[in-house]
Amino acid sequence: MSGMPGAGIPVPSRRARWTILGLVGAVFAIPLVAMLEFTLRRGLEGGYDLSRWAAVLTGSLGPEYRVLGTAIGNSLVLAAATVAIVLVLLVPTMIVVHLRLPRLRPVLEFVCLLPISIPAIVLVVGLAPVYGVIARAAGSGVWSLAFAYGILVLPFAYRAVQSNLDAVDVATLTEAARSLGASWPVVIARVLLPNLRPGLLAGAFITVAVVLGEFTIASLLNRQNLQTALVIVQKDDPFIAVIVALLALFLALALLLVIGRLGRIRSGRTP
Amino acid sequence: MAPFALYVLLFLALPTGIALGTGFLDGDGALTLDNLAALGDPFVVSGLLTSVQLSAVTAVVGAVLGALVCYALLGLRPEGPVRSVIDAASGVLAQFGGVMLAFAFVATIGIQGVITVLLRDRLGIDIFADGVWLYEAPGLVLPYIYFQVPLMVIIFMPALEALKPQWAEASATLGGTTATFWWRIGLPVLAPSFLGSLLLLFANAFSSYATAAALTSQGQAILPLQIRAALTSETLLGRENLAGALALAMILVMAVVMLLYGLLQRRASRWQR
Repeated sequence: MSGMPGAGIPVPSRRARWTILGLVGAVFAIPLVAMLEFTLRRGLEGGYDLSRWAAVLTGSLGPEYRVLGTAIGNSLVLAAATVAIVLVLLVPTMIVVHLRLPRLRPVLEFVCLLPISIPAIVLVVGLAPVYGVIARAAGSGVWSLAFAYGILVLPFAYRAVQSNLDAVDVATLTEAARSLGASWPVVIARVLLPNLRPGLLAGAFITVAVVLGEFTIASLLNRQNLQTALVIVQKDDPFIAVIVALLALFLALALLLVIGRLGRIRSGRTP
Repeated sequence: MAPFALYVLLFLALPTGIALGTGFLDGDGALTLDNLAALGDPFVVSGLLTSVQLSAVTAVVGAVLGALVCYALLGLRPEGPVRSVIDAASGVLAQFGGVMLAFAFVATIGIQGVITVLLRDRLGIDIFADGVWLYEAPGLVLPYIYFQVPLMVIIFMPALEALKPQWAEASATLGGTTATFWWRIGLPVLAPSFLGSLLLLFANAFSSYATAAALTSQGQAILPLQIRAALTSETLLGRENLAGALALAMILVMAVVMLLYGLLQRRASRWQR
């Protein structure tokens, strides 16, 4: 809790710090507590019980909730496929640009950060015809959404991997390995991947989190994923929808805590 | 390289091009400026204005509250437990809330929401005395602030941490107080970053769709919901391809905002070397 050593930037007093954090924290906790209270309510007679949570956690929901199970399955497939797109298409490109074509780096960065300024709702207007063609060629399976999701996660994945590339001296490591006679596949497997693991993991986790939370594109292209199913279930039984939403929020929180840890391991290793 | 370039071309450049291009086409694929004329329609203008207002209000409130939280976090170890939890929670609420935030606010200030019921039964205050506003544009203000504040924490904290201790020492050596430091050094140095973050928050609210869509299944109060209506119904305002024209309007606003952001960012980076 001590301030910075010496006469650094004037930090807030303990009291100011905890007053601000306490007030903002309390206000931000209200909707979450309200969600929890909402799910514990017992029908018309009042009072609280855990029956709905028990039903969700033991999987003993009626057949009308099967849509939710399918949707969670779809979201997991999409998460895996999107991570694959990031690892197969984005990461090799970033490594090649970093090692061989540094002059292209600003271009790559511009392209990867571009999706921030193109709202998903705008992208979907143009994706609709593109997906019309895809559906005719390869069917309307949910997996094809992963191509659109790969674009959505570009800025996040790019930042995670790039900060790792910048922190490790990849060029020297690669040259050392090459001059000792390692072939490129060996360099990739035994030098690059181990050194880039924290960045790749962070990129993968943030990709999973974004995909699990995606609603706009799936909803407007009429595909079913976790978020679109929640909206449907909510119309029949808001209680179950809120429970699943809370669980998803905590899953995302856990994923991001892990990302934070990965970042620290990385910064701890490099000077 | 090549596969990635092809992928970006097919799923980023092509859709963006189509989205912007269809605004200039009529139902038969012939060039027309008819759809653009529709942008002058009072219905669309009011959607655009509501979107801009909503984004501006929530960006300002979010930026001020978020900056306050950043200030409170100043001096805590970045690796410490408090920062770790706040960083992760900010990430969740800022980027993955969407639909869940709509649920959260229905549970809080919906007709049977906790706060609604508490105020009504305990204090006799009916927040919906003038009608239920949660499912219209005013109802979006609180949920939007709820994701704007965490986003501000994420993007403004690095700027605050980049303040150099030497500046504080120099100020103190010359007899400056804490107040002098913030007023003469801290605020002027942080101003471009703060304004830049404010613009990002504006862009974030302006382009967000999920919360609004989950709260209002029919409404067309803001531009993204009008695009939904244009996409899902064959004709809106009796025009095909209106979605393209609306998308064009959104991209224009976003382009201006991001251009300003780029300028401010260049100015801010002067002090972050």
